[in-house]
Amino acid sequence: MTKPDPTPSIQRRPSDDDVLLTLRGVVKHYPIKHGIIFKTEIGRVRAVDGVELTVRRGETLGLVGETGCGKSTLARCITRLFPLTAGSIVFDGQDISRLSRRELRPYRRQVQMIFQDPYGSLNPRRRIGSIIGDPFAIHGVADGAERKRRVQELMELVGLNPEHYNRFPADFSGGQRQRIGVARALALRPKLIVCDEPVSALDVSIQAQIINLLEGLQDEFNLTYVFIAHDLSVVEHVSDRVAVMYLGKIVELADRDQLYGQPRHPYTNALLLAGSIADPDRARARRRIILTGDVPSPVDPPSGCRFHPRCPKAQQLCFDTEPQLQPEPGDPVEHATACHFPVAPGEDLTVLTPGIGSAVDQPTEG
Amino acid sequence: MSASELSEVADLPDPAVPQPGVERQVEGRSPWQLAWIRLRRDRVAVVCAAFILLLVLVAILADPLANWIGYNATDQDQVNGITADGLPVGPDAHHLLGTDNLGRDILVRIIFGTRVSLVVGVSAAVAAVLIGVIVGLCAGYLGPVVDSVLARLMDVVLSFPFLLFAIALVTVVGPSELIEILVIAFFSWAAVGRIVRGQTLAIREREYIEAARSLGAGNLRIMVIDVLPNLMAPVIVYVTLLIPVSIVFEATLSYLGVGIIPPTPSWGNMISDAQNFYQVAWWYLVFPGAALVLTTLAFNLLGDSVRDALDPRTERLFAK
Repeated sequence: MTKPDPTPSIQRRPSDDDVLLTLRGVVKHYPIKHGIIFKTEIGRVRAVDGVELTVRRGETLGLVGETGCGKSTLARCITRLFPLTAGSIVFDGQDISRLSRRELRPYRRQVQMIFQDPYGSLNPRRRIGSIIGDPFAIHGVADGAERKRRVQELMELVGLNPEHYNRFPADFSGGQRQRIGVARALALRPKLIVCDEPVSALDVSIQAQIINLLEGLQDEFNLTYVFIAHDLSVVEHVSDRVAVMYLGKIVELADRDQLYGQPRHPYTNALLLAGSIADPDRARARRRIILTGDVPSPVDPPSGCRFHPRCPKAQQLCFDTEPQLQPEPGDPVEHATACHFPVAPGEDLTVLTPGIGSAVDQPTEG
Repeated sequence: MSASELSEVADLPDPAVPQPGVERQVEGRSPWQLAWIRLRRDRVAVVCAAFILLLVLVAILADPLANWIGYNATDQDQVNGITADGLPVGPDAHHLLGTDNLGRDILVRIIFGTRVSLVVGVSAAVAAVLIGVIVGLCAGYLGPVVDSVLARLMDVVLSFPFLLFAIALVTVVGPSELIEILVIAFFSWAAVGRIVRGQTLAIREREYIEAARSLGAGNLRIMVIDVLPNLMAPVIVYVTLLIPVSIVFEATLSYLGVGIIPPTPSWGNMISDAQNFYQVAWWYLVFPGAALVLTTLAFNLLGDSVRDALDPRTERLFAK
């Protein structure tokens, strides 16, 4: 607002070389400790375990996966809400993964987060004017009447009535609260917004409103989104590229049309077929790929390919060696899959039954 | 509720445009305002608050009241205040609540005792809560290292045999009102600290704290602006419940002779003095005791009502 935006206002095409955010081998482990005074580490939750990812300026990168696969942890790694265990995060040419709290302050202005729970993410004891004005207060950008004016501008921008400045979060519906969260994230005109399941707590009718709002704001302010969701149709709607996560690793990464049109990883195939279809006849006719068992514990992930205990195509190789995230033969360079036996186009996985998974490596977790 | 209706209306496609017919300004009611409204509807709370207000007025106006009654707290009425045998005189026209064994007016002494009880009780409770909130907030928010130090400190304070310790301390330092306040505060803050610590531990995991951190807010700002307002409800309840405890504590110390020293009157030392005379002068024991009981009761009931008002989910059996 007062400072000119360094990025030109014309809409840029996301291109390969214009990278805003790079994650290299990002690892986040939570130690499990035992003991009262002398704590010894007895294990670690491998929430995020070596993620490689680039996000281009102006694009929306979708991140999907089951509950507990590490999506939210990865989001909090990107926003540096906690220190990384290993790996590096480069934002706009600067490595931010080892910065101290104080050094992170300029970064905080450029990367914002929208949270999943519109009820939990707004302090119930504060008026929304002061909640949205928080970024201005924290970074000393504006105060007094100027802050109020800017907050009301933001409220108008996200479709809230600026006259509701003095109300409390309890006076608003879920969709409106999420708009408040969007306004707060937008206050400092960040370059990157990490959306951690921004619509999954909302009614379906409200979801579309919020998604349209986010898309409109992206065009207006040339924002880059990392969009986390477990709803595949939402991700398909908003994303330019999509990354699929399983147990702390990215198993497939491709342009949206590629991923939804020709999913190569068996897990992606299973996910896509598990999604709901609005047409009951088609839904009834469809056959799902049945994944046996639960997601294994991230404390003790399976050897080799982490998906092998549940994979219908798993063989001995999957049990022994971990596949690399790389383009499969015949795929565009953009389309990377971490699988030894990627699904060929047209292949029907529903006829296969889980093989090596159940035979070789029964999960022993109690 | 009209506020929620308006919110629904505002959810229509273009909520920025004011809807016709809903021009009426609705100011968001803060949780405090809602609690205040609930509290005013609670009859028990209103009666107790009125009684406490009366006590406060009596304490403030103790000197003019004593002048008006005609006796001072230490005046010994040798004419009407004591019998020929040197015994206390019961309630009569000269002395409304009777006199003690030295011919001093009991009503006036209770009035001055109110002042002592309120000053010591309220100051000690406020001091204890201030210390408790600061320590508890730091223990809960600043991470495991600070927490383990402060939590152990609270454990140590709570494990003191406080009455023995208070008596010993006052014996060494010498009794005074200030020492009494400090002693009571010292033995009360740890309980508050524990409660605040627990609440803080729960609040710090909330998403809005994460949101504040992702915006770049520092620890102090988060503790004061985001955590503290959410602690105010339990803290206010604790203050109202800690005041009667402190008043009783004060009376106990005075009763044991290590609080307010005669001839300055306090409910505790009056009850203590009355012990030798209760067989011939029931009023000497009953009226100071009643003052203590009623005051404690009023604060406790008000504290319960405040808690109910601040947390509408809890239900009390006989509350309307």
